[in-house]
Amino acid sequence: MFTNNPFAALGDSWSPLVMQVYVVLMIVLVAAGTLFDIVHKGSARYFLNNWRKTKSKHVDGGELVSIAVKTAVVDVLASGEFCNARRRIAHLLTMYGFLLYVISTAVMVFSYPTASIWPQLWWLGGLMILLGGYWFWFFIRVDVAAEGNSPFRIMPADLFILSLLASVTLGLIWAYLQARASAGANVFFGLYVFATTVLFASVPWSKFAHMFFKPAAAFEKRLSYANGTRSNLPGPADKPEQFGSAREQPRNY
Amino acid sequence: MPTFVYMTRCDGCGHCVDICPSDIMHIDKTYRRAYNIEPNMCWECYSCVKACPQNAIDVRGYADFAPLGHSVRVLREEAKATVSWRLKFRDGREKNFESPIRTTPWGSIKGPAEYAAPRPEDFARQELAHEPEALKTDKALPALRPEQLKRGVA
Repeated sequence: MFTNNPFAALGDSWSPLVMQVYVVLMIVLVAAGTLFDIVHKGSARYFLNNWRKTKSKHVDGGELVSIAVKTAVVDVLASGEFCNARRRIAHLLTMYGFLLYVISTAVMVFSYPTASIWPQLWWLGGLMILLGGYWFWFFIRVDVAAEGNSPFRIMPADLFILSLLASVTLGLIWAYLQARASAGANVFFGLYVFATTVLFASVPWSKFAHMFFKPAAAFEKRLSYANGTRSNLPGPADKPEQFGSAREQPRNY
Repeated sequence: MPTFVYMTRCDGCGHCVDICPSDIMHIDKTYRRAYNIEPNMCWECYSCVKACPQNAIDVRGYADFAPLGHSVRVLREEAKATVSWRLKFRDGREKNFESPIRTTPWGSIKGPAEYAAPRPEDFARQELAHEPEALKTDKALPALRPEQLKRGVA
């Protein structure tokens, strides 16, 4: 099960070209959705305006490259902006799981590799997403308990995480059923395609685009520290660190 | 001067939701970022501004007495037990303040429940619970005697 390409078995009923066109269509939808999001929310204009406004101290090219590298390594690859360790681990699991899952899906759809590593990476990525995603949705996401909301309450902010979890959950169930030659595999394949389409087509309405604007925000934050403006924040106090941190987890009463 | 949130900085951790004494910092239903649901009810206590680990919350002055271009931002550093303020005026002047917020380690102060319960006779005393030892003094505290209270009454 873990070594077979689940998309290869679909070749009998679906032309490989159809699946490849579908993958390309999803990529186009993400790109178009992100561009629409940037234009609609004016986020690119916001970042550029901020950058223009905060040029108090010149930051040279070398320093800019250093800031870009730090942003990529610390803030993007290591989710360094999270202050909460649980949220950071859940995000890392989901992020790297998503990368593994999407890349291995594309490889398996386009080239039908014989090596068993790609199906294994697909399963590994999917399970990482499930672990990080369900952990986040059931236990970590902020809810105001005093309002008596059900843990199963769904709101627009859940569109991204729930469509991602639905896509992966249904995809893995489909692959499992297909490996067992079960009759229900086709139903789950249909649901899998539906959830995946929702995930990639809903970019303008979901927080999917955060994977593009969050790195830009992290870069802008580091730049503001380098050019001395610090977003108008005061500099660190001239005192020794002596008491450590006593920050408690929020309880959200 | 209600608070507002820089959406690109906020990661939706909920510390401001937890600390807001007015219960008006909530998580947005569309973007899962914090926002002030009722700016009119914000009493500008700056609790959320100081508690935000991402420094994503700022305070917007009303335009009639805080002209555009000013800024009042604060940085709370727990390990140093300091709060630093940076005030920028519209004409470019800037003032910086730095204050200690405690002198003892976090968690070193006992909570009320960790003290022994007061005895019935303690309720008749003028001192508050655990005085004078809680004030770190061995001396008896000054107290009003009943005959002093009657002085001046004809």
